[in-house]
Amino acid sequence: MLLKRLSEACGGPGKESVVRDLIKQEITEQNLADEIICDAIGNLIVKKDGTKSDGPKVMLAAHMDEVALMISNVEKNGLLKFKPVGGIDLRILVGKSVYVGANKVSGVIGAKPIHMQRPEERNTPLGLNELYIDLGVRSQEEAERLVKVGDYAYFTTSFSEFGDNLYKGKAFDDRVGCAVLMEVLKERYEFPLYVAFTVQEEIGLRGSTVAGYTVEPDLALVIEGTAANDIPDSKEHQQSTNLGKGPALTMMDRSVIPNPRLVSEILKVADEHKIPVQIRRGTQGGTDAGKIQGTKGGVPVAVISVPCRYIHGPVSVMNKNDYNNTIELVKNFLKTLEQRGGVL
Amino acid sequence: MDIKKFLCEMSESPGISGYEHDLAQKISENCPWADETRSDKLGNLILLKRGKDDQNSRPKIMLAAHMDEIGLMVTKIEKEGFIRFSTVGGFDQRVLLAQEVVVHGKKDLPGVIGAKPPHSLTAEERRRTVSIEDMFIDIGFDSFEKVSQYVNVGDLITIKRDCLSLQGNYITGKAMDDRVGVAVMLECLKELAKREHIADVYAVCTVQEEVGLRGATTSTYGIVPDIGIAIDVGFGDMPGIPEYDSIKMSNGPGITVGPQVHPKLHERMVKTARDWNIPFSPEATPSPGGTDTYAMQVTRSGIPTMLLSVPIRYMHTPVETVDYTDVIRTGRLLALFIAELDHEFLEGLKCF
Amino acid sequence: MKEIIKQLVEAYGPSGYEGQVTDIITELVKDYVDELTTDVLGNLIAVKKGTSGKKVMFSAHTDEIGFVITHIDDKGFLRFSNVGGLNILTLVGGRVRFANGTIGVIGKEKGDLKELDLDKLFIDIGAKNREDALEKVKVGDFAIAHREYNDLGNRIVSKAMDDRIGCVVLIEALKKISKPVHDLYFVFSSQEEVGLRGARTSSYAIDPDLGIAVDVTPTGDTPEAPRSEVALGNGAAIKVMDTSVIAHPKVKALLTRLAEAKGIKYQYEVLTRGGTDAGAIHLTKEGVPSGCISIPVRHVHTPSEMIDLDDVQACVDLVVAVAEDALADF
Repeated sequence: MLLKRLSEACGGPGKESVVRDLIKQEITEQNLADEIICDAIGNLIVKKDGTKSDGPKVMLAAHMDEVALMISNVEKNGLLKFKPVGGIDLRILVGKSVYVGANKVSGVIGAKPIHMQRPEERNTPLGLNELYIDLGVRSQEEAERLVKVGDYAYFTTSFSEFGDNLYKGKAFDDRVGCAVLMEVLKERYEFPLYVAFTVQEEIGLRGSTVAGYTVEPDLALVIEGTAANDIPDSKEHQQSTNLGKGPALTMMDRSVIPNPRLVSEILKVADEHKIPVQIRRGTQGGTDAGKIQGTKGGVPVAVISVPCRYIHGPVSVMNKNDYNNTIELVKNFLKTLEQRGGVL
Repeated sequence: MDIKKFLCEMSESPGISGYEHDLAQKISENCPWADETRSDKLGNLILLKRGKDDQNSRPKIMLAAHMDEIGLMVTKIEKEGFIRFSTVGGFDQRVLLAQEVVVHGKKDLPGVIGAKPPHSLTAEERRRTVSIEDMFIDIGFDSFEKVSQYVNVGDLITIKRDCLSLQGNYITGKAMDDRVGVAVMLECLKELAKREHIADVYAVCTVQEEVGLRGATTSTYGIVPDIGIAIDVGFGDMPGIPEYDSIKMSNGPGITVGPQVHPKLHERMVKTARDWNIPFSPEATPSPGGTDTYAMQVTRSGIPTMLLSVPIRYMHTPVETVDYTDVIRTGRLLALFIAELDHEFLEGLKCF
Repeated sequence: MKEIIKQLVEAYGPSGYEGQVTDIITELVKDYVDELTTDVLGNLIAVKKGTSGKKVMFSAHTDEIGFVITHIDDKGFLRFSNVGGLNILTLVGGRVRFANGTIGVIGKEKGDLKELDLDKLFIDIGAKNREDALEKVKVGDFAIAHREYNDLGNRIVSKAMDDRIGCVVLIEALKKISKPVHDLYFVFSSQEEVGLRGARTSSYAIDPDLGIAVDVTPTGDTPEAPRSEVALGNGAAIKVMDTSVIAHPKVKALLTRLAEAKGIKYQYEVLTRGGTDAGAIHLTKEGVPSGCISIPVRHVHTPSEMIDLDDVQACVDLVVAVAEDALADF
């Protein structure tokens, strides 16, 4: 299953090549594209020609990168110091296993056993000064034969089905978006479709900044994996999205106010096709849509997200129906756009 | 031309973000190796050294080092003639007390940032730092009227600090960040004058880096380089900064690895350093916001970029300290890197 | 001028939803301009053609800070998030207005005022329950502060002076310029309060030779205010810097020279927190020398922003002076 392979692939910001190669290979094998562009910072921009020669340039975007840890120093005793790349809650790190570097060397993030901790230590989260990765080597030389400064470390989570109609795995933000776009790419429309698999979203929406410039679209949709905060002790109004209630549309976040017209058209399409949708509550976070909207003279954009619990951690959880409904919503919107001759 | 001496001169010259014009003039007069010199609309100084390739196929290498420095600005003149100020760029407020300054009004006026004598401090006051809003500058005039003859809101203030030689090749001054980078570019151009290179080299002394990488944003848009290399200062090793957060002094530049660095450029730069026995330190930078590289990389359809960091100690204080040997090594490394570039390598930078 | 001010400050226009404001401006300026267009982000661009070949962009933003509804509970209370920089101290007990005219009151949960944050506030539109509320408001709807316009004589207080008063300055200036020398682009920009977004794209499309933002600036003349020399009634404020832009020295010099030459009262502004459209304009493409003419406003980002009409007039005069200058340096 492609979603499984995407979820288990390792690609932190700036080091997306494994994910990129996986997507590229899949596209080539299934003959899904008419042109593939790789740019200087690693975006993969896939063009699918329209059946008509004109029509608006429609851009779909999802980011390939996931949050990761970067090795910042190899200590004399062979332990690895690291820094987060993208937003990670440091409290979740301790006691996890990781793969380090391109060769996926196994390691663990250790901690002092509870027996030896003072009571106040147990209540204090571990910071970057206390945390390290242990590869099981005894010296700097040994460690440096396996990894180098600048390598990334990733959670080792494997993808699987889970509970009641759910998936669990790592990096759903935003491999689920990539997976949705791969499904959409299987269809051909009257207008030219540009599907951008972007890089470095997690550290400042950087891939989309240049992908938008290159494509210069007339309209863009960003597909995301967004936080679902429907967990105990979170009040209803603080739950940004809920699992199982359908794809989430953004009315505003810290990077973008999506085009009101475009959002209302997408809602209409959902209504016509009986696809459940929810409006994302809260305005935290940012997406590639912010940068694409600000491209050149401006682009109408909207954001459609698959709700995922526990994102930016080792295991996120999402609902199968939400995933499938997101694919349906995007496809049906594009069909509607086509029926209207590409005019909103 | 003695570039080390010129670095001292640059460090002593005022050039606060947004007001780099006079400094740019000085640099352009001291760069005999450029074939062409121009300033763009925001004031970036572009020193172009042409490559030997045919004009139509000549690749473009952009080097960027920012010439602006952090500084202070007049916000208010009190009735008693004291001057209140804010900062342009990020200062550690603790280093400002009791500094000598120059207020650049209708004429340059010497001043001091006043501090209460220790005798009058309460125990509580001693424990707290003085915030910049509460500081003031005394220029020796005792009324608003006298001061406002020469000084207006919005005038600039620089720290007065002569450049000083320490032991060995160490020098210290107020604006090594990032005039050191400018010196590296000059060393590089000087070295390139002795070698052949196919590419046009645009050495850009950028403006307004300290307030948000602004000069690099627009100059990169204008040049559209095939490669962008920023040269900035990095944190040199010193007490209180852990080894994994600093670069070794006197050991050549830090070659940065991170999301803002193109992997193939990094690989190539490391190879060049190893081939020519130039020492360097690896530097891992996960959050790429702090240097011109960040702005260059996402210009137009994306630029392959990298970053060399010259270690300095005491960054953003008036005693920024550098080993000039590191400046020479970094300039030489850059020149050798540029001289060895070929078309095949450049074409491989896409789809890496 | 007071009627125009009243009309514009009372209009509904949170970031991203500026249509009502641009409609009013369109009516006010259409007889005075050569071209009038709206772009994808909702910027209204009014053009007066000149002959010099130079392009000058003036920008005042049409959007105001506001609220976006994030949740409606079973009892019909609304939760919200901020659109732009809301001052939380001014919210409780205040009222909001939606695009369809629905009015709501901002209430707060119990708890210490020091720990007050947006999460603990809600809007009450008088609905009996969720279904009743949904008749009038949906999740994702935007609202603005609801507060009346008061004429205090030479000073006026209202919501949304930031930056409708800048729009007024551009409208008045535009009416006064009969023979433009340069191509003048008056941009009534969108989404400034959420990150200078409208100015960024409109400036890219226009690619001007000179950029001037016209926006408000806080004053330092109220009791124990943050230290600033800017005072209400002391004239047009010529910006030296803020967190988004350092005015190009040439632009600061130009504005100073024109103010001196025309006898326009002015003051310098050094703002340590806040940005303006000039921040986006000056970084466009290869760079655009830019600056800002600021209208002093007391109580910025509260529903009671106060201006002085003499300052507004000074800003109008200064904009006209720029538009009619030869601009030899640009």
